[in-house]
Amino acid sequence: MQAFKKILIGFAFSPNLKANVYEALRMAFFFDAELTFVHVGEKTPEKETRFERLLHSCTIQPKKISIHWKQGKPIQTLLQACDDFEVDLLLLGALKRENVLKFYLGSIARKITRKAKCSVMLLINPSVERHPCEHIVVNGFDSPQTKDTIEVAFIVAKAFGTTKITLVEEISRSKVAVSVDDDRSLRKATLRKERLRRQEQIRVRDVVKKLPAEIKKDVNWVTQSIFGRRGYSIGHYARIVRSDLLIMNAQENSSFFDRFFPRDLGHILAELPTDVLIVNSKKRA
Amino acid sequence: MHKVSPIKTFFTGLPKNIFSGFVVSLIALPLGLGLAIASEAPPMAGIISAIAGGVIVSILGGSNLTITGPGNGLVIVILAAIVGLGGEDLYQGYLFTLAAIMVSGLFLFLFGIFRLGGLSEFFPSSALQGMLAAIGVGILAKQFHVMLGFTSVKGDTINQLILFPDSIRLLFTSSSGQVVLAAAIGILSLVFLFLYSRIRNPLFHLIPAPMWVVVGSIAVSYYYEFVLNNPSPLSPNLMILLPENLLGSIPSPDFGKLFSIEFFGFALSITLVAVIESLLSIKAVDKLDPLKRRSNINKDLRALGVATMVSGYFGGLNVVTVIARSSVNVNNGGNNRSANFFHAAFLIAFILLFAPQIQRIPLPALAAILVYTGYRLAAPENLLKIYKIGREQAFIFIVTLFATLFTSLISGILIGIVSTFLIHLVLNKSKNLFSRNWLKPNVLMYLEQGTGNYYVSVKNFCSFLNFFKLKAKLDEIPENEHAIVDFSLCEFVDHTVMEGLSDYSRSFSRKGGNFEIIGLDIHAAETDHPFAVRKTLPERSFLNFSLSLTKRQTLLQKLSQKLDWFYLPDPIDSFGDLDRFLFFKTKSINYKYNNLNSKNDESQLFDLSFSEGAFIAKEDLKSTFLQVKSPIEMPVFVLNKENIMTSIFNLVGFEDINFKEHPDFSGRFHLNGENKEEIKSFFCDDIIYFFESHPTYYLESRGDSLLIKDKERLASIQEIKRMMAFSEELLRILRNKNV
Repeated sequence: MQAFKKILIGFAFSPNLKANVYEALRMAFFFDAELTFVHVGEKTPEKETRFERLLHSCTIQPKKISIHWKQGKPIQTLLQACDDFEVDLLLLGALKRENVLKFYLGSIARKITRKAKCSVMLLINPSVERHPCEHIVVNGFDSPQTKDTIEVAFIVAKAFGTTKITLVEEISRSKVAVSVDDDRSLRKATLRKERLRRQEQIRVRDVVKKLPAEIKKDVNWVTQSIFGRRGYSIGHYARIVRSDLLIMNAQENSSFFDRFFPRDLGHILAELPTDVLIVNSKKRA
Repeated sequence: MHKVSPIKTFFTGLPKNIFSGFVVSLIALPLGLGLAIASEAPPMAGIISAIAGGVIVSILGGSNLTITGPGNGLVIVILAAIVGLGGEDLYQGYLFTLAAIMVSGLFLFLFGIFRLGGLSEFFPSSALQGMLAAIGVGILAKQFHVMLGFTSVKGDTINQLILFPDSIRLLFTSSSGQVVLAAAIGILSLVFLFLYSRIRNPLFHLIPAPMWVVVGSIAVSYYYEFVLNNPSPLSPNLMILLPENLLGSIPSPDFGKLFSIEFFGFALSITLVAVIESLLSIKAVDKLDPLKRRSNINKDLRALGVATMVSGYFGGLNVVTVIARSSVNVNNGGNNRSANFFHAAFLIAFILLFAPQIQRIPLPALAAILVYTGYRLAAPENLLKIYKIGREQAFIFIVTLFATLFTSLISGILIGIVSTFLIHLVLNKSKNLFSRNWLKPNVLMYLEQGTGNYYVSVKNFCSFLNFFKLKAKLDEIPENEHAIVDFSLCEFVDHTVMEGLSDYSRSFSRKGGNFEIIGLDIHAAETDHPFAVRKTLPERSFLNFSLSLTKRQTLLQKLSQKLDWFYLPDPIDSFGDLDRFLFFKTKSINYKYNNLNSKNDESQLFDLSFSEGAFIAKEDLKSTFLQVKSPIEMPVFVLNKENIMTSIFNLVGFEDINFKEHPDFSGRFHLNGENKEEIKSFFCDDIIYFFESHPTYYLESRGDSLLIKDKERLASIQEIKRMMAFSEELLRILRNKNV
């Protein structure tokens, strides 16, 4: 079972180049995927040799690597490349290890994820040495895409050697439909929440049960229900439990309205609590 | 647990509530008259407001023990409205203000409908305190002159403060008997109010202090009339004037200025103060509820809104929840909303039956009550308390106080909010923290699936600006659960939040839950805002006591050495499970000091500072307690000396368990508890003989431990030794009972 067959990463000659390239090489190796490097900018022999040397300095080498040099506006060019090469995972690495640039990454990421037809992974802290991915948090929204996303999470966990997955069901507070004013309404709300929590857990567990047994082996998975703002709570949660990767559904519908009021992914992309993988299930199918 | 039908509970509790309503009406009558007169409204306006509040809020309200009526805080804004809208013609101003009151009732109602009760959290607590202090100063400044018998002093608060010496000088230069008598009544009343809590006779305390003042001054007037044959010892403008025909003289509100800006401004500030005073009171009363219920504030606001509209229509003042009267209700055994209703019923009876006597109440006596109220609002110890939290808090307090005094209430509180925010900016040296994160969600709460704990994490910053978000989450946690609030992702926590959290922590521990705050130690190390972090958390010593021991303390120390116990003279504000004793159900514990602990931790003797009631009905008490662990499992009971108070309580439904075969014991002791059968079998002949043959103490069993208290004051060393001997003997009997 393969999560991603073709991975693409854009690169620029920034201080973080080495870290980004190494991450990409590792990722492609883990997923047993083809890796495509795209540089948006002028191609010079000097740059070319520098990049080649860097590429070969790494001990991990995926099965197939291709390098492309393109001209144009960075975002459009990258998105175009994704389409052209039929890529199913686009990697975006932070450009520098600075907090300010996390916001920059976020804003690029927002543009790209809105338009990309493939899955996108954002690395907030790319590094030359591998830091292990021990805990994955994945959303369990009540949405048709979720089944795919959870499956990807298990495949990614297997590839990365992750042992723990937490499936988070964010339940909108409005579903409880009781506002807490006094003891009676508190009791009522608590009971209702308990019922909703059970329902959600059963739903998510059913999804996991239907997954093939081999990808669930060796992975310890739990569920956690959270009553709170959808798309916000899971990011905050991922940060509290110090998870290494947060896996989310791609935005369902990018309507005009959603642009002004980013719903599910907006808060996460703005704050980037951990590395984030946005799974676009349309492309995978 | 067996369920008792609510209707049955209601009817069995009725006598208690009627009694409590009666006691409350005793304090509500003088306060109602006084607050109305202080606002330049007719005296009846205050009574109408209390009656409207009592009847309507008891039916529609969402809280259990609160008493509603005219509020202290509103005096200043209503006075401003009457003077501002009426100009020279105060009566016309009153009619305009009635319209403003009705509009504010509508606002209050809408506040409740839109569930804006939580919005009061937007006010930083120090600024709020400053505003209340300013209101207190305002009341005090105006009523001080009236208390001395001068009703003609006009002008704003500052002017009236400046004129204090003039009034005093005038008093000494005046030779008129009337002036001296008026001042004497006022000053003596004030002195009495200050000394009231020093007199510890329970029967005397059955009648609230303001009622004593009123009764006393009426007695003086009768004395002049019948003994000295002087029917009007005071000039008529110092007496209360009630209309001849109570029903025929109801004024109707004048909506003539409805659409003017100043009318709207007054209606708004009346609403603001009414909301703040009500919410603070409801919150404070919930802390005193022996049944630990949670009030529905939005429902209460709606009820207050309706009651205010009705009250305004009939010529009454705003209806707000009032803390002093509510605490009197709690202390006299009121346990549901009917007490509020009966307080109104008794007020109606008073007005109908005692109108001639009420007209004998001299204004200086009422003014003294108001001066005392104002003093308690503006009490310098409030400032001291805030100063101990942090210097910048004291700064905010003072800025708000003066801003309110020199400008108006609304601009005062706004200046308070702005200055708080500016101080937060200075403390953080960053405006991005606030501007970037203000509107974002920052609180995550979830029920940890493994442990069953509620975990709450707060991000970025948490101050008065966004405390409501945290509160909304915390309110959804049942208080008997374990909650953990984690601030490790939060860069800044302000004083308002810390104070709010310490309230939560108390209510969790009252209801048997656990409320933990974590992550603040890291926070203090990373950024330096020591003020919020260090001060208001419980479990830390907060009073600085001198190191040298008093004579009693050295004696206690010697006693501890002889007994081989530990002795700690310092005050501590962690009192463990003490508030699980019934004795503390309606009292709040301040701190405990002079602790004597036995080495095995089974007995401890300590002095305790606790308070009963709230605001002007608040009494601070200190007593010596002995708490011992029982060797056997006992039923829960309270054993007290039988006296007039317990007899009165018997009449209104507090039951006494008596033993036919032990008339001496039954006559001398008042025993009660839930499980009568168990208690009866527990009190075997040995134990009864023991109690008959030993000095009587207040004794309470919580099942696993006993609480013994002597008098309503600190015990002397001799008394302590006697108490200890008593408890040892009792424990010996209990141990024998076991075998």
